[in-house]
Amino acid sequence: MKKLKALLVLTGMLLLTLTLSACSAESTQQNALKRSQANNTLTWGVKADTRLFGLMDIKSGTIKGFDIDMGKEITKRVLGKKGHAKFVQVTSKTRIPLLKNGNIDAIIATMTITPDRAKVVDFSKVYFAAGQSLLVKKGSPIKDVRDLNKDGMTVLAVKGSTSAVNIQKYAPKAKVLELEDYAQAFTALKSGQGDAMTTDNGILFGIASENPSYHVVGGAFTNEPYGIAVDKQQTQLKNKIDQAIAEMRKDGTYEHLLQKWFGGIAGFDLKEASQQ
Amino acid sequence: MINVFTQHWQELLVGFGNTLLCSVIALFFSLIIGSTFAIFEVLPYKLLHIIGRIYIEVFRNIPLLVIGMFFYIVVPQFIVTLDGFTAGTIGLTLYTSSFIAETVRAGIQAVDDGQMEGARANGLTFMQAMWHIILPQAFRYVIPPLGNQFINLVKNSSVLAFVAGFDLMYQGDTIASTTFDTFNTYIVVGILYLIITLPLSYYMRYLEKKLA
Repeated sequence: MKKLKALLVLTGMLLLTLTLSACSAESTQQNALKRSQANNTLTWGVKADTRLFGLMDIKSGTIKGFDIDMGKEITKRVLGKKGHAKFVQVTSKTRIPLLKNGNIDAIIATMTITPDRAKVVDFSKVYFAAGQSLLVKKGSPIKDVRDLNKDGMTVLAVKGSTSAVNIQKYAPKAKVLELEDYAQAFTALKSGQGDAMTTDNGILFGIASENPSYHVVGGAFTNEPYGIAVDKQQTQLKNKIDQAIAEMRKDGTYEHLLQKWFGGIAGFDLKEASQQ
Repeated sequence: MINVFTQHWQELLVGFGNTLLCSVIALFFSLIIGSTFAIFEVLPYKLLHIIGRIYIEVFRNIPLLVIGMFFYIVVPQFIVTLDGFTAGTIGLTLYTSSFIAETVRAGIQAVDDGQMEGARANGLTFMQAMWHIILPQAFRYVIPPLGNQFINLVKNSSVLAFVAGFDLMYQGDTIASTTFDTFNTYIVVGILYLIITLPLSYYMRYLEKKLA
């Protein structure tokens, strides 16, 4: 009798899991563009821990950065002047799941276009051409990524980012520790948990500009074209976004935004970043 | 779901092993430290009593994540470099020991006063009476709440994921974010946690029946 009971409980649990899987498979297949037009609101997933791209301003309680300004500008062009842009904080780890379950309409969160990701989401045209680089303490013996390819070297990266995968290709001997977000990865670097921190150069320049005892070394060793991601089948929304980006590049708004956020950063190449 | 298992069993195995190892280490030391502070609480010395109180109240009332982060980020800057696994395990041990101390103290106080008086009257010292007479009875009383603490400890070991401790949750996070198969990955991770906690839960129930 007891065994039977246990069996029943187990079957019940299994059934529950299967039902849940079935629910998730049938994801939100509504038209995101129509829905956002009806609400007059486009919901964006943005980073809140990344200086220059999307950083929470504690004083005002709002997120500020290049990605945010891009999101606002694109919203205006997609929904009209009165369109409202809503920003939801995401991390590299949570952004795709949140897009898939319909919590956000689009991701503009320093997201590199990769073939693997393109299988699960649709990307707009490139809006920022970044490249992966390294951040180290000034005076560190590490000059570029080859110096990291030694036993005993530890590199800090962020969970779910392309840089975590790439660094294992470029420095297979180094140990990679993946942390929750950029703030944590940088704090870990400061406490000596790793020899270098790796991610895209734009983000690293942002950190270095606030922490003068750290600098970006070795130049970019990968190409990381950033795109805006929408869920599969949301082609209408994607086309609208592409159109908005093209307009912004033409009328100078894009260059103005790039200048606003990256103009004053030493060692940052604006031309390279605006490549299409 | 099966895919996650077949393609990533190596990572999952590493995570499973680290979670198990961290849990065993933390369980062992938190039991020792917790019992020690529980005895402090019932000793007739005021100073030890105060020390025990401070220890328990500090670690019981700070979130585990904060304690783990403290050992991962702050301690290395001033004292000694700890890797994620060590930092997380220390944090988990201290956190759990404060709960175990409270549980064991309650057990000791539940043992009738006459037991201690009788033992002392028969010539045992205070520590001898504690070890041979009081503690065995106390532990028998608190097996059910202690079992809860052990299960919580295994689940709380997921704090290692936030300090790059390569535990089950950390591996699950990295698998989920490279395959984008978030749903199935976390189900697999959940099942692997159950493989540790369910037998533990049944063993504690068995002990309870056998001893009580």
